[in-house]
Amino acid sequence: MNPAPASAALALGDDALVLSHRLGEWAGHAPVLEEELALANIALDLLGQARVLLSLVGDEDELAYLREERAFRNLQLVEQPRGDFAHTIARQLYFSSYQRLLYEELAQGDTAIAELASKAVKEVDYHRDHAEHWTLRLGDGTAESHQRMQQALDALWRYTGEAFEPIEGLAVDWATLRARWTDRITAVLRQATLTLPNGPQSGAWAAGGGRQGVHTEPFGRMLAEMQHLHRSHPGATW
Amino acid sequence: MTTMAPDAGTQDDAAYEARFNAAVAAEERIEPRDWMPDAYRASLVRQIAQHAHSEIIGMQPEANWITRAPSLRRKAILMAKVQDEAGHGLYLYSAAETLGTSRDELLDRLHAGRQKYSSIFNYPTLTWADVGAIGWLVDGAAITNQVPLCRCSYGPYARAMVRICKEESFHQRQGYELLLALSKGTEAQHAMAQDAVNRWWWPSLMMFGPPDDESAHSAQSMAWRIKRHSNDELRQRFVDICVPQAESLGLTLPDPDLTWDEERGHYAFGPIDWDEFREVLRGNGPCNEQRINQRRTAHEEGAWVREAATAYAAKQAERSRHGYRAPQDQQQGDTQEEDIA
Repeated sequence: MNPAPASAALALGDDALVLSHRLGEWAGHAPVLEEELALANIALDLLGQARVLLSLVGDEDELAYLREERAFRNLQLVEQPRGDFAHTIARQLYFSSYQRLLYEELAQGDTAIAELASKAVKEVDYHRDHAEHWTLRLGDGTAESHQRMQQALDALWRYTGEAFEPIEGLAVDWATLRARWTDRITAVLRQATLTLPNGPQSGAWAAGGGRQGVHTEPFGRMLAEMQHLHRSHPGATW
Repeated sequence: MTTMAPDAGTQDDAAYEARFNAAVAAEERIEPRDWMPDAYRASLVRQIAQHAHSEIIGMQPEANWITRAPSLRRKAILMAKVQDEAGHGLYLYSAAETLGTSRDELLDRLHAGRQKYSSIFNYPTLTWADVGAIGWLVDGAAITNQVPLCRCSYGPYARAMVRICKEESFHQRQGYELLLALSKGTEAQHAMAQDAVNRWWWPSLMMFGPPDDESAHSAQSMAWRIKRHSNDELRQRFVDICVPQAESLGLTLPDPDLTWDEERGHYAFGPIDWDEFREVLRGNGPCNEQRINQRRTAHEEGAWVREAATAYAAKQAERSRHGYRAPQDQQQGDTQEEDIA
């Protein structure tokens, strides 16, 4: 097993860490008890992945709690606030479809990331399934749910492009990955009677920003909440 | 037990009641289709619903710290715990439904303030150590209350409790371990742990309910073998367990009257502030309004999601009745890796 490239482990670990945190914000607020379970379950899976990936780079808590905003390498997509349930599902649909395809490919490699990816791909398969089923229910449910789901898909679309910017240290055919992702999303949305958003997949100011440590405004506040207690007690163990 | 309900209302209830009483006395389990007195059914619905509501309201004070947990390991443990609580709520609503009510109906009663949940969840979680104190004391008190329920006369409730108690003891150990880490940590961490225990100790003792001579439902519940021990007995058992645990945690309990009573073989403890207890039960505790509002808001804001799921399910059922395939389904073969519907 070859050592994993740190830049890649950090990017993937940050994606999982930040999305897990955002999903954790749903605890006690979900629309139905079954979703309390499902969202917490997905958040836990992602947190587990984040812990493995960050540990490949260094101390997981130091990396999670003591880096500042500009040092995080996650996609801007995963840091977006939870919004209503449709926004959470749209974010999850875009991300887990991407993560599912990416991890399937990474699992073929020979680094420690491959080892993690081959285990995680089973969890991610379930996450994608959950997001796709909710996309169908919301898209093909009532007029209101259809409208909310379309709005959420449109609002988050601009953050999808950067997922296909190459990550240093990963040998992935990004163009093919993007084509497969687009096909999958297109098919799901069609079945859900929704329309594939047609705006740009990234703004000029945002292209690939997350991977370079350039984030959106809500992210700093999220980190402030996440890191506050840990930073208030330097050197303490918990 | 196999006393079936009468087919028609013409038969004499007294005979069924006699068989029911005999079955309860013989420690047999009452099952959903068995005949049972209306008051037994009502009492169980009240107790199981209140228990289920406590699980889901109880998610709030802990979820309050998920986004601020100080290490990734602790964060994972806390998320898993809150998830377990949602699961316990589900088991318990299912158990209540075997008595002829529905989850929706029970939730409506909770939201309208017509059914209660445990008074303890009306206290705020002000520091990270509160998460540990809840695990150690609140879950500890819950286990002391609930382990006897594993032998409760109503089968579905007893079976739910077996599963729940296993997970609760796990949570309780995790809470203890969290407090231990704080107690043995820095001075500031130790102080945080002590402060949390000071605030949670008395409310935990109140979880056992009013003293025996004021407990409205106790005698009947004990006769029906829903309850096995009195409130005061369980409270005493809990105190006896906690005192040595507090010592090994290196923390003190906030009760100057706490002493070992050689004669009784139990710890004697100071008076409980029953006025506070009654105020909290009446809705005037620190977080009563906030807890119920959050629950109501989640439910109201989620209405469109539940309506969408219902509408979608109806459409799917309609489609399969007519053997209908949407045109878009037929075109999907080329682009989709697998069927997602």
